[in-house]
Amino acid sequence: MNPALWISKTGLDAQTKDIAVISNNLANASTVGFKKSRAVFEDLLYQNINQPGGRTADDSEAPSGLMLGAGTKVVATQKIHSQGDMLTTDNALDLMIQGEGFFEILMPDGTSAYSRNGQFTMDDEGNIVTPGAGYLLQPQVTIPEDALSIVVSQDGEVSVTIQGQAEPAIVGQINTVNFVNPTGLEPIGQNLFTETGVSGAPQEGVPGLEGYGMIVQGALETSNVNTTEELVNLIESQRVYEMNSKVISAVDEMLSYINQQL
Amino acid sequence: MDKMLYVAMSGAKQNMQALAINANNLANAKTTGFKADLAQARSMQAFGEGQPTRVFSMTERASQNFDSGSILTTGRSLDIAIKGEGWFAVQTPELSNADALGFGQGEAFSRQGHLRLTDEGTLETSNGELVLGDNGPIILPLPVSNIQISPDGTIMVQPEGAPNSAQEEVGRIKLVNPDVRLIEKGVDGLFRRKDGQVELSDATVKVQGGALESSNVNPLSEMTDMIALQRQFEMHLKLMKTAEDNDASSSSLLRAF
Repeated sequence: MNPALWISKTGLDAQTKDIAVISNNLANASTVGFKKSRAVFEDLLYQNINQPGGRTADDSEAPSGLMLGAGTKVVATQKIHSQGDMLTTDNALDLMIQGEGFFEILMPDGTSAYSRNGQFTMDDEGNIVTPGAGYLLQPQVTIPEDALSIVVSQDGEVSVTIQGQAEPAIVGQINTVNFVNPTGLEPIGQNLFTETGVSGAPQEGVPGLEGYGMIVQGALETSNVNTTEELVNLIESQRVYEMNSKVISAVDEMLSYINQQL
Repeated sequence: MDKMLYVAMSGAKQNMQALAINANNLANAKTTGFKADLAQARSMQAFGEGQPTRVFSMTERASQNFDSGSILTTGRSLDIAIKGEGWFAVQTPELSNADALGFGQGEAFSRQGHLRLTDEGTLETSNGELVLGDNGPIILPLPVSNIQISPDGTIMVQPEGAPNSAQEEVGRIKLVNPDVRLIEKGVDGLFRRKDGQVELSDATVKVQGGALESSNVNPLSEMTDMIALQRQFEMHLKLMKTAEDNDASSSSLLRAF
């Protein structure tokens, strides 16, 4: 059958995936700590029909050959780890990382996951946990029951004031984790990422020191999705989709014309 | 049998192949750094006895449209777009059966600037080809916190934890500007020199960091080309039909006697 049909099909597939990526970005336009993705397109292999430079006669060569491309594909969805905007909330357990770094979260199976979402809350024992599933923040920080207020410093030191005590008591230290290649992290949902072979090993450090982003208390990092950019991308993908489907209908008309005429 | 039938048939077949090139361009209308393929038809004479009327056509992918695509700003530090003419050099993986598959080897040229850092610190394209510097693949000293690519391709990094003033130069992306007549697109979509020689870097090529080059496919001209090919295909079929009609009338003429 005509190759153009299948080539256009790859175009339709790729645009559908692109629209899925765009819609996921738009759906998470107000998810705290969300990092946008983008689809990376590449052309598929070319098929050599006539080799350029082939002999056409004793003393002449074909100046150009015929190579048919096989279409396009989405090779990767790339997470863009740019900083989101700062949203001040004045909530003591809302933390934001200004700069590079991730919070380390202990998963129920004992492994670690990493997040930029700093909307923390407390469980019944006073441990700082993630808001949705209630996974523990690592290193574990427990707020005493009689604490009046919580202060998290820029370098991650957690101190509380306790009734009847003049001096604030230090109850823990929140460290952050950096990766060589954050784009290589695998998003697993719930605003969490896990380490992969290409992300590099997690390197724990003190926030605000040696290239680690500092912690800002009472603020959240908004999603880094740029809605205008996404809408422009959506228009582009939709039109490219239409053009590819136009090719399919053109080929279809050509084939049906053969059947009618001959 | 009238030879016209075969000439028309080959014309229709070549139109189909030109349409495949067309479809591939449209499928890659969003592929970063893609250069549209140009289809052309060449006349192939097959003169025999009688009048020299039999001229078949042959579709070829003569070259690519080397115009620059538009620049999209992304703000990502590892995205690069070449401003104007030129390419950056990449190292394609060595394959033992490359020749059998028709793959080119060694240094190739690309404008697909979605670069990424591996966990070993090498810089590669999204397809895994290593980005070449003036002296082989570029390796960044890990960990780094801030990567800047300057217009001449120099990569400046700030080692993690170092002060802002401690910018370190780690290499320069090899930027080349070969004569477009000397390069061709391989089966992997990358460009290489036809003669296999090493291209020297060219200081006049400029890159823009934080931006990508969109595909240079012009959807309007592709769509009109497609319509033209479709109509031409129908005309070839009309001729085939005419050949059939002619044949039918000859046989009915003979039947009359």
